[in-house]
Amino acid sequence: MSRNRNRGIVGGAIAVVLGAFAWLLWGGLDGNIVYFLTPSELMAKGTQGYDAPVRVGGMVEDGSVVWDKDKLELRFNVTDGQAVIPVYSKGAPPQMFQAGIGVVLEGRYQRSGVFHSNTLMVKHSNEYKPPDHGEKPAELYKNLPRGSQS
Amino acid sequence: MSAPVIDTPRPPAGLPPSAAPVAHSRSGLRQFGLIALALLVVAQVAAIAMSRPDAAMGHTQKIMYVHVPTAWTAFLSFFLVFVYSVRYLWTRDARSDRLALGAAEVGTALTALTIVQGSIWGKPTWGVWWTWDPRLTTTAIMLLIYVGYLALRAFTDDHDRAARWAAAVGVLGFINVPIVYMSVRWWRTIHQVQSTSSSVDPSYRLGLLLNVIAMTLVVVYFILERAESARLEREVDAALERRMLGGSAAGA
Repeated sequence: MSRNRNRGIVGGAIAVVLGAFAWLLWGGLDGNIVYFLTPSELMAKGTQGYDAPVRVGGMVEDGSVVWDKDKLELRFNVTDGQAVIPVYSKGAPPQMFQAGIGVVLEGRYQRSGVFHSNTLMVKHSNEYKPPDHGEKPAELYKNLPRGSQS
Repeated sequence: MSAPVIDTPRPPAGLPPSAAPVAHSRSGLRQFGLIALALLVVAQVAAIAMSRPDAAMGHTQKIMYVHVPTAWTAFLSFFLVFVYSVRYLWTRDARSDRLALGAAEVGTALTALTIVQGSIWGKPTWGVWWTWDPRLTTTAIMLLIYVGYLALRAFTDDHDRAARWAAAVGVLGFINVPIVYMSVRWWRTIHQVQSTSSSVDPSYRLGLLLNVIAMTLVVVYFILERAESARLEREVDAALERRMLGGSAAGA
């Protein structure tokens, strides 16, 4: 391979890489690739939002959690402060799940108006602290999700 | 691949002994490495002993003491790859090339470790081992870029050409590193944003800081040790080449 041809290949590779990053930065990831929608954004889609696989992220509304420990069914509302979407999920959620915490749900928004979640993920904040006086530390893997609480 | 080569390859019989003049600085480097490793052990024990279980996630919080230093030193390593790649392209100085190689190997291993540790933390916390959120996805891309960098070096026989091409990848590939760091601020992610001193309780802060410092020293040691072993490998190659070309090794 001649030196000039090598230079051409390297130059071409550089152009491709730079172009790809420019596209990611200023176009692609901005609008099209969004990790999750907020409840408001899902509602704004109207009928197009139904039955399509989607991720929704928001907070678990206080006082909305209902856990049926016999059927292993979890119901709660997810909200971004504006829109509220009722959620149905089968199976035990991650141990940190509770009212007021951030969640990201994968599933489909049903025509009945309920979001059927098949993957429930809990979003942890960047805060870390030991329990306050008199409070008990969380014991992951020991506490089953408690029923409705807020 | 990232583990430091402690026993440097002994030159085949009949080759000029080349490592002798640097024996002194090598023992100094070894001492620095031992101190750094000892400090890391002390920092880990201290951090774990000092911290009470987290209010929300219990003992899972302690993964922070390995995950944060590992991720930080991975970023640092790739920054060094960038710096020494630019320096190599500018000066064609062989030592810059060796340091870039060392930093790339160490950084690649650290990135893989960061992903594994994050996964172990993510399962009990998020509920999943992996999800394609922007932070995780860009980190996976970062790993692939530097695996590609190392593959490029491994499959190019000519030393100079390997060094030049690798330096180009070392400069261009670095574009992704600030993207990984900023991903949690630019896009919606499940990964939390960087903790600040006000979001981490004082009782956790000291242990975290100690581990970041200790890990940084260990990684600096690994990179220097790897650059040194690369120098010895290169000398052995050069000496073998001279002998195969039929010249006597005496003049070397």
